Amino acid sequence: MPKCPTGIQGLDEITGGGLPRGRPTLVCGGAGCGKTLLAAEFLVRGAAQFCEPGVFMSFEETDAELKANVASLGFDLASLVRRKKIVLDYVHIERSEIHETGEYDLEGLFVRLNHAIDSIGARRVVLDTLEALFAGLPNEAILRAELRRLFRWLKDKAVTAVITAERGREQLTRHGLEEYVSDCVILLDHRINDQIATRHLRVVKYRGAMHGTNEFPFLIGDDGLSVLPITSLGLNHKVSNERISTGIPRLDAMLGSRGFFRGSSILLTGTPGTGKTSVGASFAQAVARRGDRVLFFSFEESPNQIIRNMHSIGLRLEPLVQRGLLRFHAARPTLCGLEMHLATMFKEIVEFQPAVVVVDPITSLLTAGTDSETKGMVTRLIDFLKGGQVTSFFTSLTHGGQALQQSEIAMSSLMDSWLLLQDFEGNGERNRLLYVLKARGMAHSNQVREFLISNRGIDLMDVYIGPSGVLTGASRAAQTAREKAEALASQQEAARRKRELQRKRAALERQIGGLRSEHEAGSEELRRIDEQVGLQTRLLTTERTELGRLRHADVPVAAGARGKPKPKKRK
Amino acid sequence: MMKNRTVKGPESGSRRQPAKLWQLRLYVAGQTPKSLAAFSNLKKICESHLNGRYRIEVIDLVEQPQLSKGDQILAIPTLVRKLPQPVRKIIGDLSDTNRVLVGLDLRADD
Repeated sequence: MPKCPTGIQGLDEITGGGLPRGRPTLVCGGAGCGKTLLAAEFLVRGAAQFCEPGVFMSFEETDAELKANVASLGFDLASLVRRKKIVLDYVHIERSEIHETGEYDLEGLFVRLNHAIDSIGARRVVLDTLEALFAGLPNEAILRAELRRLFRWLKDKAVTAVITAERGREQLTRHGLEEYVSDCVILLDHRINDQIATRHLRVVKYRGAMHGTNEFPFLIGDDGLSVLPITSLGLNHKVSNERISTGIPRLDAMLGSRGFFRGSSILLTGTPGTGKTSVGASFAQAVARRGDRVLFFSFEESPNQIIRNMHSIGLRLEPLVQRGLLRFHAARPTLCGLEMHLATMFKEIVEFQPAVVVVDPITSLLTAGTDSETKGMVTRLIDFLKGGQVTSFFTSLTHGGQALQQSEIAMSSLMDSWLLLQDFEGNGERNRLLYVLKARGMAHSNQVREFLISNRGIDLMDVYIGPSGVLTGASRAAQTAREKAEALASQQEAARRKRELQRKRAALERQIGGLRSEHEAGSEELRRIDEQVGLQTRLLTTERTELGRLRHADVPVAAGARGKPKPKKRK
Repeated sequence: MMKNRTVKGPESGSRRQPAKLWQLRLYVAGQTPKSLAAFSNLKKICESHLNGRYRIEVIDLVEQPQLSKGDQILAIPTLVRKLPQPVRKIIGDLSDTNRVLVGLDLRADD
């Protein structure tokens, strides 16, 4: 079946190329769903992009109103009208002016439409919304017969038509127009979940063609509608072996010395106040300083606040912003629905073409949708980024008291690397710890590092691991000091003992000296005694001899001589 | 027979509304039975109730489709009372004379 491209982002993907060419398509939905805009965009893009002039027959808005409304989406309807690419025809029906007096038909409408189509050779027609006829014309039987004829006529005319209709309570449209338009029916829906409205689009019916049957979120942005198909996701993106630094040298070291893979997705979880934004900003700065573009989505702080706060830890983001390497996009999560956020992000990414995208924090968006929606959104975002080889860095806030890993189960499987920041409380202070929970495809450290934020930036320190457990912060410092003191003390002790020993030795030596001198003194005495004894002996001998001499003793005393031997009297 | 022509009623001086001329415009699309019926019904009514104080303009949209926009014509046939003000639109083949008279605000003249 030949298709007629709408040019609307995503819609052509869902429908496999566009609306059925030459046939009417019914677009139904409640008030404020974007029916008129979808129809208008179909027509404007047809005229501007596909060289298919179109007729917009409006039963609700005047030409001027229509021009103004469509201009808000960046379409210059007036210029297209001037260039005879589009004809606007406002059909006004005022029931009070109309009196019915017998048989009639809607040939006037046909003539009018026919004239409009022929005047510019239109290939596309929009009727917005036909149901105004039901309010204006009393005879429903005639009206229904004429509508049937109209759709038949449109087909014969071979124009691709979009007919809008109000959503009915029990059927797709209030007046059952779906009976007449059997080729393609698109349902628009505007749902409110937790005070946040999200628009959805569903192709209810598309005769003779494959089409996505899911409900797809869509949004109305500055440049028209965009539908976000999840079905286009696949797991076949290219991968890169290139590595990019985290901006924290020691963190690089923990990640196989080289940082993250380009195009990978990184999750950083942490409790409040653990420095998630700082890590993100540090990464952003490092990337931007190498000349790559970084897009920073902030859902908590304003760009100026981030710049100021990061200045306090030594990160200079402002020059990078000025050089156009770093761009901030800040929005409150509750500003709009998840899909709107996602589409805005897509748009920003496509526009800025960054190498790295930082989302701080992704968990803020959880408040904008349910868990499964958020997961779907993150999946789409990551897929989109990976497809473009964009490295994505998500921070995620976990609440104190919750198991850190548990709260992230939904997201963790989508992430290639997962860093954890943790508070560690003890000894009257809180310290931060960082570790790498997983890092696909690289040898990563299993060590817990202490995470320090100072006015010179972020640094990682080894934690103290000793007999008393893991110590950080002041305790680590205290422990180090204690160890130092202990070492000093033992040094001093050794010195003291050495000195004492030396003293002892000296004393001993002194003793030895004393003993030696005593010993020497002894030997002296001995010698003196010997001498004395010798002397005495000699003296005695001399004395005896003298005495003998005095006593006139015979010198050689004969044997048996009386008396004592007397010294020989020598003469 | 009735292509975009103006039918003037026979001149006659009305006593009650001397200056009041009725300007009626009948939109048709080709010479369909409904159109023809509408035209003859209209003439009948005008002659019996307006006594010459009327002018009927028949516009065939098949020939002049651009004219459908001005009076916001959807249904065929449509009779538009241009004068006297306010503008009134009567759709259908004008077979229901009573309703036509109500629609044209001619009931009072009866």
